[in-house]
Order: sequence, then structure tokens, then C-alpha cells
Amino acid sequence: MNLTLKIWRQKDSNTKGQMVDYKVTDISEHMSFLEMMDVLNEQLINKGEEPVAFDHDCREGICGMCSMYINGEAHGPDRGVTTCQLHMRMFKDGDTITIEPFRAKAFPVIKDLVVDRSAFERIQQAGGYISVNTSGNTQDANSIPISKHAADEAMDAATCIGCGACVATCKNSSAMLFVGAKVSQYALLPQGQIEAADRVRNMVAQMDLEGFGNCTNTGACEIECPKGISLDNIARMNRELMKASLS
Amino acid sequence: MALNSRVPEGPIKDKWTTYKDKINLVNPANKRHIDIIVVGTGLAGGSAAATLAELGYNVKAFAYQDSPRRAHSIAAQGGINAAKNYQGDGDSTYRLFYDTVKGGDYRSREANVYRLAEVSANIIDQCVAQGVPFARDYGGLLDNRSFGGVLVSRTFYAKGQTGQQLLLGAYSAMNRQIARGKIEMFNRHEMLDVVKIDGKARGIIARNLVTGEIERHSAHAVVIASGGYGNVYYLSTNAMGSNATAAWKIHKKGAYFANPCFTQIHPTCIPRSGDYQSKLTLMSESLRNDGRIWVPKNIEDAKAVQQRKLKPTDIAEENRDYFLERRYPAFGNLVPRDVASRAAKERCDAGYGVNATGEAVFLDFASAIERYGKEQAKIHNIENASAEKIYDLGKKIVEAKYGNLFQMYEKIVDEDPYKTPMMIYPATHYTMGGIWVDYNLMTTVDGLYCIGEANFSDHGANRLGASALMQGLADGYFVLPYTIGDYLSHEIRTGKIPTDTKEFDEAEKEVKDRIDFFINNKGKHSVDHFHKKLGKIMWDKCGMSRNEKGLKEAMAEIKALREEFWKEVNVPGSANEMNPELEKAGRVADFLELGELFAKDALERNESCGGHFREESVELDGEQKGEAKRNDKDYAYVAAWEYKGEPADAVLHKEQLEFKDIELKQRSYK
Amino acid sequence: MSGFFKSSIGRKVAMALSAFFLMIFLLMHVSVNLLSVFSEETFNAASHFMGTNWVIQFIMQPILIFGVVFHFVMGFVLEIKNKKALGVPYVKNNGAANSSWASRNMIYSGLVILAFIVLHFIDFWFPEINYKYIEALPADPTRYYAELHHKFVSPLRVGAYVIAFVLLGLHLAHGFTSAFQSMGITAGRKKTLKSIGKAYAIVIPALFIIIALYHHFNH
Repeated sequence: MNLTLKIWRQKDSNTKGQMVDYKVTDISEHMSFLEMMDVLNEQLINKGEEPVAFDHDCREGICGMCSMYINGEAHGPDRGVTTCQLHMRMFKDGDTITIEPFRAKAFPVIKDLVVDRSAFERIQQAGGYISVNTSGNTQDANSIPISKHAADEAMDAATCIGCGACVATCKNSSAMLFVGAKVSQYALLPQGQIEAADRVRNMVAQMDLEGFGNCTNTGACEIECPKGISLDNIARMNRELMKASLS
Repeated sequence: MALNSRVPEGPIKDKWTTYKDKINLVNPANKRHIDIIVVGTGLAGGSAAATLAELGYNVKAFAYQDSPRRAHSIAAQGGINAAKNYQGDGDSTYRLFYDTVKGGDYRSREANVYRLAEVSANIIDQCVAQGVPFARDYGGLLDNRSFGGVLVSRTFYAKGQTGQQLLLGAYSAMNRQIARGKIEMFNRHEMLDVVKIDGKARGIIARNLVTGEIERHSAHAVVIASGGYGNVYYLSTNAMGSNATAAWKIHKKGAYFANPCFTQIHPTCIPRSGDYQSKLTLMSESLRNDGRIWVPKNIEDAKAVQQRKLKPTDIAEENRDYFLERRYPAFGNLVPRDVASRAAKERCDAGYGVNATGEAVFLDFASAIERYGKEQAKIHNIENASAEKIYDLGKKIVEAKYGNLFQMYEKIVDEDPYKTPMMIYPATHYTMGGIWVDYNLMTTVDGLYCIGEANFSDHGANRLGASALMQGLADGYFVLPYTIGDYLSHEIRTGKIPTDTKEFDEAEKEVKDRIDFFINNKGKHSVDHFHKKLGKIMWDKCGMSRNEKGLKEAMAEIKALREEFWKEVNVPGSANEMNPELEKAGRVADFLELGELFAKDALERNESCGGHFREESVELDGEQKGEAKRNDKDYAYVAAWEYKGEPADAVLHKEQLEFKDIELKQRSYK
Repeated sequence: MSGFFKSSIGRKVAMALSAFFLMIFLLMHVSVNLLSVFSEETFNAASHFMGTNWVIQFIMQPILIFGVVFHFVMGFVLEIKNKKALGVPYVKNNGAANSSWASRNMIYSGLVILAFIVLHFIDFWFPEINYKYIEALPADPTRYYAELHHKFVSPLRVGAYVIAFVLLGLHLAHGFTSAFQSMGITAGRKKTLKSIGKAYAIVIPALFIIIALYHHFNH
């Protein structure tokens, strides 16, 4: 199929960007979206133009590196997939596809479709861990029984890949699904209890400091999240912070 | 230089304990004056960085991704082995050690593997304490599954995302140290060379991938944890950015490269759909427990299927060739990875492949659905159940077991695997070979360490399922942080290493010259053009089945391709900006050298063992006729290559492998 | 605790708390108004009680006013903060693909409600305060029904009321479940409370509209 692409081009973080139109031809419906981008880039290189920079790595939907806002949606129109798992069969011959970087004040553009998500790193550093040293004589793993239900729920929260689609989608650029998922994973496990109050306080404070917006519960993040992280995690974070503030 | 593996004396069971008791330590006050560079932040690098920082060293960690959490360890699905014996099924440290050495076809170092098995249990304790949400049973205790044909259930897992959860665990440990200021994290940085001063590794040259700036970083020791080199095949299950540059650079600076030809080709991957394909996706090995692998018996049927004129479901049972069940009646579809991969290739090479490219075989769940359906009908007392009812009941069971994998397959291939058989084909997955290291995980360069998939040490010629995660974390959490102290205890008086020395000047100049060359070359072809060509040579001639003629051709072809690359490569953009094509160019340049050494190593090793199959070394008669034949008399050694300018001129050093605690046996799956 | 209400989550919680308070108030308000449809006397009696009771006038009324003002001010503060968090706007943004119109436009439904409240104050509250506390006219326990009835003569005013209540409905359609979620009560998005929320968001505004129409057409 033949497509028209409208792509955000921006030389670097200090330069203003703009949308540029490209044409690609003979795209197979079996290609992944990023393979279509590879075809475009090969074409640009052979014409002596600069290829479009975009983040990607594992190309199997788990590393969280790929981003892109495609036709007005984070990771494009398909559900439960990252951009690298999106396939061209979701589009029709002759379509015009708009491709933009993830947008948020806290995610400045580095180049073209590449954004800086280091704000997420700093939130994790503020408390996204359990303080345990690597000694080789930690207590036996089975000495802490955890109900299957809690373990499964913690696992569901922990499947977050940190791609930032929640922020990109949110009309307020809120990072609460991301932070809520991490807070929840530890809040659900007995190992996480000791530091629970400090963790939620510090992570939320860092989140606010990074300039992410407020959650207004539109639920868009949950729909666009490639891993289907539930809004329940935000509710749990709210509870955890209330609990921490009351104690 | 003669290789000294520095394996401690004494019985295998006591080696590690005794060694640890006697190892030199650095006192806490001195640790804060010692810097360590860790390159790569996957399971090995991430866990090492966190643990070293926790001990008090100043760590500088480097990742080419925008976060340590994105390292490709994250994609590991199945699980992690540990000799916990929670299931009480007779597992033990010795048994895990034995399985790993045997699974590796007796080409790994006994002492290292035993140590790995020994610390495996600690890994699980550590990860649980960190909050890794492993699967649990209804009693709240940890659940296990069995994996890869071993006789016990020792694999711990977190859904199909064990690698992700373990990496996030290591990442959280890193974050804690970053917050404490003990790790300085350099995301979006790529190491482009190591700096040696007086024979010791003293720092690295790195490129800031955002600004293009070339940076100098010094340290008292350098740890390489940059993963495997599977992308030398272009198509693999590795991430797009996975590369061998760090490993290859240290090889060129004196670290020996061991057993490069030992690569694992995984049988159950989603096949290539066209020339545009950029990477391959692995489907968990567990699918072979219920799926039957087949191709059409008649070549006409195969051709018709390839042209989509015939549906696989229309091929009658008697016209199907269940080639694994035919060739290996004892193990059937559950033969080890290498055997299954080669058998699929053999059928496809003979023209029986089942997709448009002719490189795919069917993995069929119809009989599993029927079997489960009948079972369920019996359990629920449904008499004279209709075929449809049986199908529905069976489908439910298959869905519960493999639902997420079937869904992933459908997303990629756009076919419903419940209705039509899946198509699979082998793909490069893991590289057992890597930088040679001694018992301390130190390379042949002083102060230069190599851990995780990047080193050669524990998997021999073939890696068992769920062992990669174990090795990465064992190296990073429990081995390196101890053994590195032995070296660093001599460095407490060294003081800060300056970066304004001639060694740094030279290394930086070399790096900059190369970058300038790429930018100014303005050749005719993109980097990918060469990478794809290299991949094709590697796959065709150094793939699942290798012979002398093909390997010699491969060496010549890779050399020619390399020369063409240096003449004709086209890298757009400039050096002082984010430039993904420039990054790729450097990586492919290194693959173009590594590939040739790979072929040379494969040529030199005229035996079939593990993932390395030489057509010249097969059983000539008897029940095993045509199967791989290992040659312990001539090849029970580690082939460690010393760099001498051209890959073809590399010099071989042999580390003889001794097996005192295990009896060597030929594998048989008939 | 003061730190809590300065955090993003604290502000959400404050929003939710004021919302709960206002939702309870709405329920009371509509109940009293509904009496006007059934019985003039009862309506007058109830109104007189509300208008003269000491607790309601001097404790509940200021709290209510504070609640309303707080909800609005906080709503605007959050909106401004959220706008600041956005980067360059998307050229193409398909919000309808993942969220409801009501949830994305609380600020606009809120603004309409604010405009309505201004009108409402001009219509009822200012005359009422004037009557009772400024001119201090003698208490007349039967005046309320007539006043109410009289207000709904103008079709323009009735139209404005209807539009405002439709938007109130939309505001509530998202606000009801959202308030629970902000308080950390996941049940807010589960079936039961969701249905109750939906019913609340439809029934309350509908009753207000019916009352207005009733009085309009009963002249």
C-alpha cells in the first residue's frame, strides 16, 4: 500500500520543529509500524536526506523504548500493543498517518520523535525500591508467604514498561498511572510495608516536582496503556498517600 | 600468554567457600576512593553496579538506552533456575551443576558452573526481598515449573515476563544507589573504547548519544556487561541496539574472545515474513509441550501451501510429515533446541517450508485441543460429545495455558492459531561464546572484567532454558563483587586516575577519527545494507549447520564485505548530534570483524557439540546415524582467540577442560 | 497533613471531598424544590425552615458557600497547573478514542455551572438576603412558592436553567465516579456505584429541569 506520512521533525531540543510530509510506497500489510519507518529512513538516506530519529529497541513490546503518537493516539490505534507491535494492516492504502512525539512539559523532545523521559528515572530513584542489601544471606524466599492474589496483583502492577504512553495520552500530562503502578507493586507485598509511607510521599513529591499534571480520572491512560495497567493502581496510590499523611 | 583460569584447589564443593574465605578484601574506608566503570545495565551489569555501589565503591554505569530498565534482559520470558528444591523432587546444587554442564555438551568450566549452581538459591532470596513478584501457589509459597527437558521443577517465574521482573528488581537496587550518589548513571551513552595504562584497564571512551560529545571516564577497574553478539546475524531475537562493540573493543585491546562459534538458535520463533523484517520474535519453548511440528509429506502440497493455494487444515493426516516424531521417537517434539532447529532447517532446505519464504514449519495444536477436549468431556461426564463440543472444551484448556502467546502470534501474523496451525522457524537467540574470563571473571587484561552473556563462562556449547537469567544475576550479585576485591585490594594507594594522559588522548583520537571517517565517507549504501548482507552470510554459512567449505567461503565473503563497507558506507547527519545511523555504523563495523572470527572458530572446531553442528562430524552408523558427534579427545577445550590485526590472523589459545566430577556422555534423543 | 493538601494527590482528594459535599447538597436542594410540585404549603414550610433556622443559616450556609467557592477555585487552580504540564499541543489528538467527552471537559461544564450559579444568586439568593438581613422585612412564611413560581415565567430563564442542568448532568456523569476514585475507593468504578452514579447524574438534573418546566407551564 501507499501512504502519506505527516511526521514531526525537530533538529534538537533548542530548535523549533514542524510537521513534514513524506510519501512511502509498496508497504506490506505484514510490516510492523517501525519496519515501515525503516523503509522510510532507507529511502531518505538513499536520497541524501536525514532519516527520522525515533526510539526503539526490543521490538517485541517489552523494553518500553518505543513511543510515537500515531493518528492522535499513543502507540497508535491498536489496543494492548506498543508501537513496535503495531502492524500496518491496521491502516488502509492511501491513508495519511500523523506521527508525533509523546508530548508533555516533563518529556522534552530530544530530536524528531525522540523524547527525554528521565523524569521517570528520578521518580523511581526517589523511592521505587525496597532497601535490601545483597549479602547472600537474606532470609529464605519461602519464609515470607504471600497470598497468590496479592502476588498476582503486584505482578499486574509490575508489568508497567515505563514507556510514558499514560503521560502522552493524558490531557493533563499526569504520570499517576506510572507512579501508581510502582507504588502499588510494593504496597501489595509484605516486603514493601516498612518503607511504604516514605516511598509514596517521596515518589509523589518527585512526580509533582517534575511538572507532571494532575489526574482528573478520565481513564485515557488505562485504555492506551500497552500493558493494560489498571486505574485501581492510582486509587491505591491515593489511599497510600492519605494513609502516609495521617500516620 | 598462557591462559590461567585461576580455579582454586580443593574439592569442587568447597572451592568457592574456601576461596571467598581467603580472598583479599578492601576496607570500607578505602572503597570510597576506588572507582569502577560498569558498561551495560542488564541483569549482570545492573546487579553488579548496584552491589558494588552498596559495598561502597564509586560506580559509573553506562547504558545506550534511555534507562537501565530497557536492557534486553527485560525480554526474557520463561524463568530462572535455582537449586532450591522447594518441590522436594530431588533437586540439589550438584544436580543443577550436572544438568548445566551436560546441557552445555561438556564445553564449560566445571568450577564456574558449580559456583553458579551454588549461588543460584541466593538469587531467589535476594529477588524476593527486593519485591520481585514471582508466581505463587495458593499456599502463598513460590511456584516452580519445569523447563527444557530436565528432570526436576526448579524454574521460578513471573508470568511470561521473568526477565522483566528480575531486571526491574536490579534496576530498583540501582535506583537506590543512584539516589545515594554511589552510582553515577550515564544513560544514552555508548562505550567506544577501553583505555589501558601500563597493561591495566583504567577507563573508557564513551559517546554521549544525545549530543555526540566524546567523553573520557577513568576508573580503577572496568566491567563489561554488554550482552551477546546475536545481532551478527542481523535477524535475531535480540534488541535492535544489542551489539558487540564493547566486547569487541576490549578484544582488540587484549582480551581474548572465547568460542565465538557457540550460538544458540531457538526453534520456536515467528518466521520472517519478508525482506523488510527487522527482528524476530521468540515464542516460548513451552509451546512444544503440546504442539506437534510438521511439514507436508509431498512436495506438491508444500508448494501449494507456499503459494497459499492449499490450506494446511486441508492436508490429510497421512500426507503430513511429523518429522521430529519420525526422527526422534523417544523425545519427539521435545528434543533439545539445537536438534529441533536443525531438523526444521533440513526440511525447509529440502523445499518443504510452509510460508511464502519457504522458511517455516507448522506447530499444530489441533491434536492437543482434541486430546484435552476428550479429557474434559470425560471429567464433566459428557457422553457422546460432538466434535464441536470437544473442540470448545479443549480450546479452553489450551487458551488457559498459552493464551497470551497465541494472542501475541495473532497480533504479529494475523492468523488465528486455534484455527490454523502456527508457523515457526528457528532464530538466533543467545550466544554462549564471549570474552574469555578466569575464575574471578577477569579477562586477559588486568582490571578488566566481563560478566553475563558477554563472557563465555558457564554455558559451554549450549545453554539450558532459564539459565541465562541465573548466570547474569549470579555474576552481578554474588560473584564479581567478591572477586573484584582481590584485584582492587592492590589499588588502594593508586589514587584518582587522571584522564589527561597520553593513553586517553590516543584512545579518544582513534574513536574520533573513526567517527569522522563515517561522517565524511559519503558512500553508496546505508549501514543496514551491509548488516543485512553480513547476516545472510552468517545465517547461510555459519548457521545451524556448518561445513568446511561454507566456513571458508564465509571468511572470504565477510572480509570482502568488510572492505566494501569501509569504502561504500553512507552515514548521514553529523557527529555532534543524536545520530542513530552513526551508532549503527560503528556497531556493524565491529560485527564485520567478529563474524569472520566466528567463522574461523567454527572452522577450527571440527566437531559437533551443542549449538555448533559440523556436517563432517556426525555418527556414521548405528541408531544415532546422522546425528551430531562430539569429539572429546581433540576438542575438549575452550578456544580463546587473541587479536592480531585481522580476524583471520587471530591466534588460538586453548584452555583444556577437565571433568573430574562428571562423566562425559554423548547425547541421544532417539 | 498540610503538606498533603499541597501535593497533587492532596488537591485531588480536596476536590473530591468538596464534590461529595456538593452532591449531598444537591440532593437536599432538589428534594425541597420537588415539594413545590406537589404542595405549596409543604414547600413554603420547608423553605421557611431552611431560611430561618439558625444552624442552617449561620453554620451550614457559610460552609456551603465555602464548599462551592473552594470547588471552583481549586478546579481552576488544577486546570491552570495541568495546562502548564502540557508540552507543545498535538497536531492530531483523538481524545474520543479513550475517554468520554464529559471527563475531558469538566472545566467547561463547570464554567457553565458557575455562570448558572451567578444567575441563581441574582434570582434568589441576593433578593433573599436583601429581604431578610438588609431591609429586614417582616417574616412571611408563605412568600416562597410565589417567588419561585414567578421566576419561571420567562422562557429565556427556563431555557438557561435547562441548559445549565444538562451540563450539570454531564459534570456529574464523570464527577460522581471520579470523586470515589480520587478518594482511593476503587468501588467507584465497579458496576454498582457506576450505576448509582449514572442514575444520580441523570435523575437530579432531570428533576430540576422538570420542576422548572412544571412551573413554567403552570401559569
